Amino acid sequence: MESVKALAEPTAHQLDLSKISVRELNQFLHHELPKSGLHHVEILHPNGMHNLAVGVDADVEINIRGHAGYFIGGMNKQARITVHGSVGWSVAENIMSGTVRVKGNASECAGASGHGGLVVIEGNASSRCGISMKGCDIVVGGSVGHVSAFMAQAGRLVVCGDAGPGLGDSLYEAVLYVRGKIHSLGADAQEEPLQAEDIAALGELLQQAGFDANPREFKRIGSARRLYHWNSEHQGEY
Amino acid sequence: MCGIIGLLMKNKSDQPSLGRLMTPMFDCMAERGPDSAGLAVFEPPVGAGLRRFNLFIPDRKYDWNALLKNFQTQTGATGQMTALENHAVLVSSIEPAAMKNWLAECDPSPHLLSVGRHIDIYKDEGHPSDIARRYHFRELAGSHCVGHTRMATESAVTPEHAHPFTAGEDFCLVHNGSLSNPYMLRRKLEAQGLHFETDNDTEAACRFIEWRMQQGETLDQALHTAFQELDGFYTLLIATNDQMTLVRDAFACKPAVVAETDQYVAISSEFRSLAHLPGVENANIFEPLPEVIYSWKV
Repeated sequence: MESVKALAEPTAHQLDLSKISVRELNQFLHHELPKSGLHHVEILHPNGMHNLAVGVDADVEINIRGHAGYFIGGMNKQARITVHGSVGWSVAENIMSGTVRVKGNASECAGASGHGGLVVIEGNASSRCGISMKGCDIVVGGSVGHVSAFMAQAGRLVVCGDAGPGLGDSLYEAVLYVRGKIHSLGADAQEEPLQAEDIAALGELLQQAGFDANPREFKRIGSARRLYHWNSEHQGEY
Repeated sequence: MCGIIGLLMKNKSDQPSLGRLMTPMFDCMAERGPDSAGLAVFEPPVGAGLRRFNLFIPDRKYDWNALLKNFQTQTGATGQMTALENHAVLVSSIEPAAMKNWLAECDPSPHLLSVGRHIDIYKDEGHPSDIARRYHFRELAGSHCVGHTRMATESAVTPEHAHPFTAGEDFCLVHNGSLSNPYMLRRKLEAQGLHFETDNDTEAACRFIEWRMQQGETLDQALHTAFQELDGFYTLLIATNDQMTLVRDAFACKPAVVAETDQYVAISSEFRSLAHLPGVENANIFEPLPEVIYSWKV
């Protein structure tokens, strides 16, 4: 229903990747779109192609109708991008603001090094989800793979399902919330008490992401900050 | 980088379509590996007591008929040959060891690409799409195939260094990644009397796994041993006469995606090379987990 409505909207501008190249698509989104007054773009026939809607900086809704490849919505600013399918590696890499939503699953490194904005994966995200995130929020409806939130510096990763091995290894100041099972925590990641402010913030974030989950069911994982400073007692280990 | 592909047809009636469905997968993955490429295809077996010997020689104008005549007079064995430019399939009752000895005496000596009752292998240097056209990949029929497009990082670009690699009979392997201990594996295997044809890291993995099977392990057991012994990054796709098997290293550093329907199992480094397959929009599409063995029987 949603797709029919969106396609029927008079202002929706269609860009068909069976007719134009990825470069032409991105050049339109970078140069012509901000001047066009368009608020809604439909990208058709993505067929697993890489680099779609990368570097967009416009207040616009973008729907990608099908499975897409690597680096979708990378470096996004302002735009609300929805992939109606699954994506390959590094969706929303280095996202600055706006929203990138994936209706299906995401492969490795979803939301990697994101500075701001919101990344929503409605299905599962694979390994290294939120690696080195720097302030964005990532909400995953399913589970995440191994070494997710590795060296995550700021922002929040919310996992409604389970987390794979080595969650939050070498974590800095990002906070992780997991509802399901955690296979194992990485070095320096620890479970911390879920406070009232966590519950309030998590509730807001889940609502924003469109998930009906009880924030009280989540565990909070933060950094033990033991790796922040050199410890001479451990010198022999290096 | 490198690209890998695999396609297994679940129904016998679809086997004639193998090449037509596989070739766009192969062409698409050329972007991940433009320097050389290869494909192994598994066909119905040749008659009892016979084997398919796939031969390669760099010279595209090589006189294969003369080679066949010499083969018949010098070995006394029967032989039927299908040749195309620099590639030939010789079906014969000769034993593999005797075949290798005879080939070593030829001048120039063709490279023995594969031995088995089901397997044919095509591989060469050059752009994968050119190789696919030259060997008429679209027309290939069979139960399953595995292919590779190579972007060399660790050893020379030659036809011999292209994948798939083979060992034993009806066994081949393609690899995306790089191993850091191929020479250790190699020294271990050479001490067991195994012979290597190249200095490629994948050949070490291929011979290691097949050697474990020669020692009595199943492919699954051999792969569990390989998880302990292989150091480095790998997505490996292995094919034998009756199965196709996919594994990734513990860190899952190299990509792979599987699309499965009632009709086929298709594997590729990237989804975009599967996007043309019939019914892929409703396929079970998943990413294989690290150190989990995924096998499909013909």
